[in-house]
Amino acid sequence: MNVNPTRMEMKRLQQRLKTASRGHKLLKDKTDEMIRRFIAVAEENKRLREETEKELASALVSFAQARANTDSRVVEEAILMPSRALKITTSSRKIMGINVPSIEVEDNGGELYPYSFLTVTEQLDNAVRGLNAVVIKLIKLAETEKACNMLAEEIEKNKRRVNALENIMIPQLTETIKYIKMKLDESERSATVRLMKVKDMLN
Amino acid sequence: MYNKIAVIGDKDSVLAFKSVGAEVFDSSTADETRALIKKLSQGGYAVIFVAENLAEQIPDTLAKCKTVTFPAVVPIPTTEKSSGLGMQGIKNDVEKAIGVDIIFNK
Repeated sequence: MNVNPTRMEMKRLQQRLKTASRGHKLLKDKTDEMIRRFIAVAEENKRLREETEKELASALVSFAQARANTDSRVVEEAILMPSRALKITTSSRKIMGINVPSIEVEDNGGELYPYSFLTVTEQLDNAVRGLNAVVIKLIKLAETEKACNMLAEEIEKNKRRVNALENIMIPQLTETIKYIKMKLDESERSATVRLMKVKDMLN
Repeated sequence: MYNKIAVIGDKDSVLAFKSVGAEVFDSSTADETRALIKKLSQGGYAVIFVAENLAEQIPDTLAKCKTVTFPAVVPIPTTEKSSGLGMQGIKNDVEKAIGVDIIFNK
């Protein structure tokens, strides 16, 4: 760093170094904690995704069968006006200072099968039942996945900050402080020598 | 307020979601999907499910959605066999955060 080698400048830099080291320690601790939380969230995310993908696939297969067995227009008509509405309320909660979504599903208790049993086959019932179960899990998955995404993002950012402090800021400050100190010592020595010379001359 | 759920995909595979009260949007191309996601994210949707085959084509849009709290854009399989895009997403996150994948290598 390009600074004036003065005592005042050194004091200022020492203060900055102190702040930087403290910040570095705090950020490092934050990263550790975030990683700990992240691993839990990521595992949960993986588990949920495996489960939902399987269940969703089987529900969709039933649905495809239902459409194949009956006239697809009949099926479309049957589910055109669902009596259940997916009501959700959202808010955000904080994990390590990051806003992650929190989604609550409300069941409005509507009729599960919004059609007459006369026209459609059993497969559609299965599909609708399966989907109803899986959609709640899917929303949970969405919530977890988002938390996972955001945590990963934040951890990466935080790591950058820690690295910048550790490898650039702190070495630079230490270096500069050392330089100023040496300069000051040097001028002190030359002042002493000058005094001695003057004393010699006077005698 | 975010209180709606949308499903984007080709007509045949997402129709089923109508029966559970989600809002269904047809889309078959990457551009259409992009436009839909953009529109829906301003329209108060909390969760947008996107069919995997479409989600694969728009990684940039998905990445953009990752940084905000709402909406959560989630790829879902719409065929019997999942293409593994969702799992890949988790894997990428883990690698990004920790550096190595310690969850899938178990």
